[in-house]
Amino acid sequence: MKTLRRNALSGYSWLMLVFLYLPILILVLYSFNDSRINATWTGFTWKWYVSLFENRQVMQALMNSLTIGVISSVIATVLGTAASLAVKHFSLRWSNIFNGLMYLPIVIPEIMMGLAMLVLFSQVQMELGKVTLILAHVTFSMPYVMVIISGRLADMGKELEEASQDLGATPWETLRYVTLPLIMPGIIAGFLMSFTLSLDDFIISFFVAGPNSTTLPLYIYGLVKRGVSPEVNALSTLLIVSTVLLVVVAEIFRRKDSKNNQSIF
Amino acid sequence: MGALFVLPMLMIAILSFLKRGTYGQVVYEFTLNNYIRIFDPLYGQIFWDTLVVAVLTTVFSILCGYPLAYYISRLEKSTQQIWLLLVMIPFWINFLVRSYAWVIILRSQGVINTFLESLGIISEPLPLLYNSGSVLLGMVYTLMPFMVLPIYVSLEQMDRRKLEAAYDLGATPWKAFWHVTLPMTKTGVVTGSILVFVSSIGMFVVPDVMGGAKSALIGNVIQNQFLSARDWPFGSALSIVLMLLSMLLILLYFRATKASETKEGSA
Repeated sequence: MKTLRRNALSGYSWLMLVFLYLPILILVLYSFNDSRINATWTGFTWKWYVSLFENRQVMQALMNSLTIGVISSVIATVLGTAASLAVKHFSLRWSNIFNGLMYLPIVIPEIMMGLAMLVLFSQVQMELGKVTLILAHVTFSMPYVMVIISGRLADMGKELEEASQDLGATPWETLRYVTLPLIMPGIIAGFLMSFTLSLDDFIISFFVAGPNSTTLPLYIYGLVKRGVSPEVNALSTLLIVSTVLLVVVAEIFRRKDSKNNQSIF
Repeated sequence: MGALFVLPMLMIAILSFLKRGTYGQVVYEFTLNNYIRIFDPLYGQIFWDTLVVAVLTTVFSILCGYPLAYYISRLEKSTQQIWLLLVMIPFWINFLVRSYAWVIILRSQGVINTFLESLGIISEPLPLLYNSGSVLLGMVYTLMPFMVLPIYVSLEQMDRRKLEAAYDLGATPWKAFWHVTLPMTKTGVVTGSILVFVSSIGMFVVPDVMGGAKSALIGNVIQNQFLSARDWPFGSALSIVLMLLSMLLILLYFRATKASETKEGSA
């Protein structure tokens, strides 16, 4: 009886994994399908990928996505690290208020955040484009950087920083030689995470992108809306592969982080 | 950075009391018209549909997600990590892409219809896509990881000794689950429900890609008001109502779960 229940539960969970992955696998598979309109398999082809790389609009969108991703995640990581370090030294009440404000963007529907950004930029009369995209991406990814780094800082305790100061290090030297190296895996994980978020964001970008700053997800949306061309499958597949790679690398850094943690204390 | 977010929300609130000019610009004149317009039965219906879809998405996510979270929490630590990562990876993949994956499967020339036709089971493609069922499927599919993780966390933190105590007192596994495990993991279910509910209430991508023209939800209307109709004040009023509504429902949900908790505590 007990094993029966166990087997049923395990079978169900595997089924759920199939449910989660099957659509994605089918999408990837069909990006290699020769047929233009039908789901019938008519043979293996690379041609959608080839036409993708010859498509200037796609390459432009890719460049936009990468530029915005790198710049916004560098800014988000620097600001997020600084903010986490600052919050650590706040009084409890202030850090609670600050944290509350900080985590607000995580729990509010994305469409509201997109709208809010659009309204803000139009009120200060900023032209929509790469700059507004970068500002918006920094705003939504910084909280995630802070969650990761604050967690790392909380685990670290104060002992090592105090020891360094007892040994005569200036606050700057303590930061440079003790704190930063200790939280470095967290910083890298935070950077990778905000880069992934930026590369992947559709909703907020949808509202704050200008006509000349189309990113990859925005381009895919256009293709999906205009009717289905197998190029979308190829482009989506590339986005899936890069997202999965980034998430796995970020996870490896986060794991390394927790291992360091155990070996130090 | 938080202020960078609170400030524009205030701006939306102000905008919702202003007028739209002839060319889609904002006229700085106070009016309640945007809010009065919301009482049009057309928008009432859309709000209602949105709520129904959001509630159903939340319920289905609990039903699908809880057993999965339960299974993961019973595995060995190292296997748990792998399962969690496996559940999280699809969640990281762009949900525009994930909705589109369903389009390939469900559309009239899609995988399912082509397959059934080649077997001769059907002669005409089934209308699997562009209806409220496909929207619901897409919502549950994209949002379920939001439910699995918080439930997993609360299962993980649960004191297993209470379960053993229940067994010692002669509870059947089902009774033990119903009276011990489920109440103790309520926080996870509440957190997950709020995450799923809030995300689905403002969702416009899934209905846009998988619902077709018929099943517009409030997110689609707001998006339209801002980008196509260029009626920002009305769009703002709609989003303010949407936000108040979701905050109210979350509050009620919190109240309800808290109330039943204290009742149990005193009994």
